[in-house]
Amino acid sequence: MAAARAYDEMYRPDAAVRAPYRGFESWLAEQSAEAMRDKRAEADLVFRRVGITFAVYGDQDADGSGTERLIPFDVIPRIIPAAEWRKLEAGLRQRVKALNAFLHDVYHEQAILRAGHIPAEQVFRNSQYRPEMHGVDVASQIYSHIAGIDVVRAGAGEFYVLEDNLRVPSGVSYMLENRKMMMRLFPDLFARNKVAPVAHYPDLLLNNLRSVAPQGVDEPTVVLLTPGMYNSAYFEHAFLAQEMGIELVEGQDLFVRDNAVWMRTTRGPQRVDVIYRRIDDDFIDPLAFRSDSSLGVPGLLSVYRAGRVTLANAIGTGIADDKSIYPYVPAMIEFYLGEKPLLANVPTHLCRKKDDLAYVLDHLPELVVKEVHGAGGYGMLVGPAASREEIATFAKRLRASPDNYIAQPTLALSTCPTYVESGIAPRHIDLRPFVLSGREVTMVPGGLTRVALREGSLVVNSSQGGGTKDTWVLER
Amino acid sequence: MLSRTADHLFWMARYIERAENTARMLDVNLSTALLPQSAEEAERGWRAMLGISELLPAYDARHAHLSKRDVLDFMVRDPNNPSSIFNCLQSARENARAVRGAITTEVWETHNGTWLELQRLLHERLPERDPQQFFEWVKFRSHVSRGVTIGTMLKDEAFYFVRMGTFLERADNTARLLDAKYHGAEDTRELFADPGAEGIDHHGDFYYWAAVLRSVSAFEIYRRVYRNVITPARVAELLILRGDMPRSLASCINEVCLNLEMVRNASSNETERRAGLLRAELRYGRIEDILGQGLHSYLARFLERVNDLGGRISQDFLVPLAVH
Repeated sequence: MAAARAYDEMYRPDAAVRAPYRGFESWLAEQSAEAMRDKRAEADLVFRRVGITFAVYGDQDADGSGTERLIPFDVIPRIIPAAEWRKLEAGLRQRVKALNAFLHDVYHEQAILRAGHIPAEQVFRNSQYRPEMHGVDVASQIYSHIAGIDVVRAGAGEFYVLEDNLRVPSGVSYMLENRKMMMRLFPDLFARNKVAPVAHYPDLLLNNLRSVAPQGVDEPTVVLLTPGMYNSAYFEHAFLAQEMGIELVEGQDLFVRDNAVWMRTTRGPQRVDVIYRRIDDDFIDPLAFRSDSSLGVPGLLSVYRAGRVTLANAIGTGIADDKSIYPYVPAMIEFYLGEKPLLANVPTHLCRKKDDLAYVLDHLPELVVKEVHGAGGYGMLVGPAASREEIATFAKRLRASPDNYIAQPTLALSTCPTYVESGIAPRHIDLRPFVLSGREVTMVPGGLTRVALREGSLVVNSSQGGGTKDTWVLER
Repeated sequence: MLSRTADHLFWMARYIERAENTARMLDVNLSTALLPQSAEEAERGWRAMLGISELLPAYDARHAHLSKRDVLDFMVRDPNNPSSIFNCLQSARENARAVRGAITTEVWETHNGTWLELQRLLHERLPERDPQQFFEWVKFRSHVSRGVTIGTMLKDEAFYFVRMGTFLERADNTARLLDAKYHGAEDTRELFADPGAEGIDHHGDFYYWAAVLRSVSAFEIYRRVYRNVITPARVAELLILRGDMPRSLASCINEVCLNLEMVRNASSNETERRAGLLRAELRYGRIEDILGQGLHSYLARFLERVNDLGGRISQDFLVPLAVH
């Protein structure tokens, strides 16, 4: 079982405490179990009162409104030493730069396809490729202004990029609220450990969004477009809009007139320049994409293509974070930047290739198989945790539509001590740092650490029972 | 600000105010029910309570008889009654949640906290065990929500729309409360036959009007203002015309006007004119004239005008037809 030999973030194999955790570990040893239980209860209470909840698709309360749930929060932080973070940060910046260069290229000259580094049909036959974007010039040639890159640590402690999230990555509000909660519950911990702050993220984000306003707009009006309060990430939308002091708008609040986007206000229409949209491409303009969408703004795409409004992220970024494109990211880095990749990819089998498919079908019990367009941990198979029947069913699906799947070796994701029913036990974690790209690339140290709370589970998604932890980058 | 945001803020305030006033009305009815009275009188009281909120048809559709228990259940926790305290507090919270970026964290947490605690109290059956304590709690949460609004929110449009919602709703509710006697009685003309009279015809009336005063926290104020026995005419004067009485119609409409001025836009002239006219009538009106035309018909007309103002505010600010 993977858990037995996984790299533990706090303890070395000989049970000694790793250096970055020493301060925390000695502090924890001084706390009584009872005091810690009270603190954990307090955290739950505060999260509920503050309304830091997420809506669950499909679930309904007795009164018919959607169910709101707390994402379990674990009070043991995940700690990253400064030197390790510096390496990670450099690798993430490099990766996102290359991904943005790829997006610009693939909607313009397509040099990387012509050079033969990526098969052209991989791009053009992909439903995430948006022909509408071909030849459209976006501000600063940036497509993914906000990227969430999922990173895991495996083997002897080396980092791998598990996936890139370049469309509407979420989770940053939990990163910020987790820190706020830790500082509230354990102020003395922060006096003893030099933890790099993250609270200025909304400032960086606003600055980033302002920097990509359409040409000629000096004082841009920035808004955040949400699908509405029943969306699972609504808390985050409202939180970020408030932190940045911008309007939180729904599709119905916006309209297109005279080749510009406006919002309906109590004093009449007001021009909008930058839209931080948290709605998928498919729903953003019923005239251009799904006509049954009531969430979007009719006519938005034509204003966007004319360069008279900025969408962050751009339309069509899905072509770069698609799991079938993922294996080519190291090639992108070399092609566009002329550099060696600083962060490793997980070796990936593309099931659309005959040899790969045969290998995958032979090795299903050891592999993780994912849907190419899937997200949120839905529709995936974790071989070592699956029953015989589950594997057999999955193999049938795989044979029926191999193009739809990729497979990767089951990584022994690193573990971090975590509060569970029986006390403290190691649980698998990942990390989602957020990379902001505009006129420059900015980041806050750390990111969101997600933890799989079920013993042995490798699925950290909140929709699948995952929790979160505060993520500390130590300043020294 | 966004029209949709203004709309949510306006209704957030209206719903919490409505919950408070429902609690106040139920509370006054509970206290009068403690007086020695016949079964018919008791039933009339509960019927009046439902009548002033225009809820009799909805109640009759769900319950065969009028009983204290059923009316309380209907008005407190029935999710099918859009005016139940449960629905009002839930709607206030849902409206707050829709615009939590436009209100302070404290305002949001107050509404969210109220809603969470409500579920606990309903689960513990507090309204059944100790209704008066429950109504006190509702009033208190409404006080907290107003206080946190004034104490933490920037005095900008968002604030003015919240305040407009509060006072428009309160004007409506105070008028309905004053009109309650009409809905219960067969014939109320004799109640105000002699507005100058110092005495009161029988004990029942004293307790009734004292309860009305208490329900709007005005019993002590009445004593201070009039230093005299309680007469229906003075109660009416206090709750309609006294500009310094915070729940009076004059006071509420004055606040509506002040906040309306602050958010004035290109299409709100006529709404301001109508609100201003109503304010002037309340400021310079005399209770003798109001009682002369009949209190019920006066209040009915007043409710129509408040309703008109609410509709006009929606039209001018909240759902503007922006695309031409």
